[in-house]
Amino acid sequence: MSIHVQGVSKSFGEVVAVRDATLEVATGDLLALLGPSGSGKTTLLRIIAGLETPDRGRILFHGEDATDRALKDRRVGFVFQHYALFRHMNVFENVAFGLRVRPAEVRPRERDLRTRVRELLRLVQIEPLAERYPSQLSGGQRQRVALARALAVEPRVLLLDEPFGALDARVRKELRRWLRRLHDEMHITSVFVTHDQEEALEVGDHIVVMNQGRIEQIGTPEEVYNSPANPFVFSFLGSANLLRGRVHRGRARLGSIDLEAPEHAGTEDCEVVAYVRPHDLEIERALVLRPAPGAGDRPERAVRRAAIEAVVRDVRVFAPIVRLELDPVEGDGPMVAEMSEERFRILGLQKGEPVLVTPRNVKVFVAS
Amino acid sequence: MSAVPPHARPPIPGRSPATAESPLVRRLLIGTTLLFLGLFLFVPLVAVFTQAFAKGAGVYLAALHEPDALASIRLTLLTAAITVPLTLVFGLAAAWAIARFEFPGRALLLALIDLPFAVSPVIAGMIFVLLFGAQGILGPWLQAHGLHIIFAVPGIILATLFVTAPFVARELIPVMQEQGSEEEEAALLLGAGGLKTYLRVTLPNIKWGLLYGVILCNARAMGEFGAVSVVSGHIRGLTNTMPLHVEILYNEYNFAAAFAVASLLTLLALLTLAVRSLIEWRTREGVVAAGVPEEDSAPAGPGGGAPQAAGAG
Repeated sequence: MSIHVQGVSKSFGEVVAVRDATLEVATGDLLALLGPSGSGKTTLLRIIAGLETPDRGRILFHGEDATDRALKDRRVGFVFQHYALFRHMNVFENVAFGLRVRPAEVRPRERDLRTRVRELLRLVQIEPLAERYPSQLSGGQRQRVALARALAVEPRVLLLDEPFGALDARVRKELRRWLRRLHDEMHITSVFVTHDQEEALEVGDHIVVMNQGRIEQIGTPEEVYNSPANPFVFSFLGSANLLRGRVHRGRARLGSIDLEAPEHAGTEDCEVVAYVRPHDLEIERALVLRPAPGAGDRPERAVRRAAIEAVVRDVRVFAPIVRLELDPVEGDGPMVAEMSEERFRILGLQKGEPVLVTPRNVKVFVAS
Repeated sequence: MSAVPPHARPPIPGRSPATAESPLVRRLLIGTTLLFLGLFLFVPLVAVFTQAFAKGAGVYLAALHEPDALASIRLTLLTAAITVPLTLVFGLAAAWAIARFEFPGRALLLALIDLPFAVSPVIAGMIFVLLFGAQGILGPWLQAHGLHIIFAVPGIILATLFVTAPFVARELIPVMQEQGSEEEEAALLLGAGGLKTYLRVTLPNIKWGLLYGVILCNARAMGEFGAVSVVSGHIRGLTNTMPLHVEILYNEYNFAAAFAVASLLTLLALLTLAVRSLIEWRTREGVVAAGVPEEDSAPAGPGGGAPQAAGAG
């Protein structure tokens, strides 16, 4: 079932949590609402669920206005950030709850109910834990119970609030791959909230990037990562190096380098900020040491157009990749570059050595 | 990623020699506590029962079988039987409203709930005399219609209601606030209606706090002296509750009978303490089993008023 969010706004007192949000989730899609804390993503999710009433705007489920529909008629599965399991019921009863509270005429018989709950527990791989109470489970197990409980009522939409937020790093990675596979099997329209860009990129079919209550960009992971709409999206989706400069008729001048900026072909002399990812900084050894000041400017000219001169300040090895901290000789603050360990070994760089840095895939934005 | 720092728990005092007090200080502190407990709590308790049985079990039973004593016991039970359910309903409604909703006047309602704790019970009694007494605001109207409130059972029940009103609400509000409303939201989204959510999720979660509040409320309802004394009129066999009956017997130098009735009230107090400990032990067990010792879900003691709950006489 598709979800349409149309012009939804919500304030809490003076604080505007969501500003005029419009988005669409296609049937069977898995959508990530990504943003820093306080960006309004959880509020938007709660509005879709019906737990909050929007001040303005509408929520459509499958084209029908569901803004004022009662919670129990929405058939929305919701997984809370802290799971909100019923603490006085064991795992089995937690999962069975949604079936047990159905009106008598549509309530499944006890035997069917038991079969259905067992199936769900098997699906989320916690069948042996059926008799345990929530307090006796680990975070990852509680998460699976919460998911099974939400799925028990055969929801048409599944909403998850920071589903992996409270788990440690290893369990988190495991569980999100598992959730992705589960979604591929069930094809239930899902929206999940996260502040972790890696999670959004890995799990989501589409990503909605939010900041300060506003939607900054909607797109596939590939689109938002490679064609970020603005500096916020760029820097939120991964580490970034910032370069400042000016752009004039399709050419950008950033510190000591010049480069093409065809998307700004019509721009007349204007201040810009440019971003480049650490792995898009190509590092070479500076074969010729920078001449002492006043010793003629010819060699300097030669490198000027394409590369930034810098000195290696620090080297960090993270298994397959190596991260270098660089101090540019002139211009902006420190930069971070990443390369493969293999490349690092070929270069044989040491701390304090001069290098030439060539940025690729630079994204240039007109400064606001 | 970054390693999670191990949770350094503060050592339990007295376990580690580094943080323990010197033996002398420890003995002094323990000794002071025991002395105080013995002198002011245990000795009086023993005294009540010794005095009650001073003239033998026969006199003790006779004092309880005496018609006025029986009438006072009946009235006390009646008062509690009417007051406690009403306080329970009020407490559930007030705690739900305060813990779950933001509304104008919420702070005022919280303050009003505390009012009976803050006001002396005697004044509570006076309020009702002022309202319903012969010279009171509604007095003439009540007289014209032949209704008796002051110096009658309705007055006693009203005064007791006033004094006990906060007990259940005060117990439930912190419990409900601490638990939050997420489980209820989950139940609603799973298709349970408001009533089913309340019965199957909200009530089971607050049951221990609720029971605790009811027990304290009951103890106070049976033991209340000041407010009831003002509105009762002390009519023997008609408007005397147990605490009032104890006072009358005592004033008549009938010590054995006074202490016999007092011993019943004391038993009630002991029973209350026992159930209270049981509940605290039960909730702590639950918390320990949960493995989340930082979550303190043991019901917090109420404000003032609890210690003298059943101590009449």
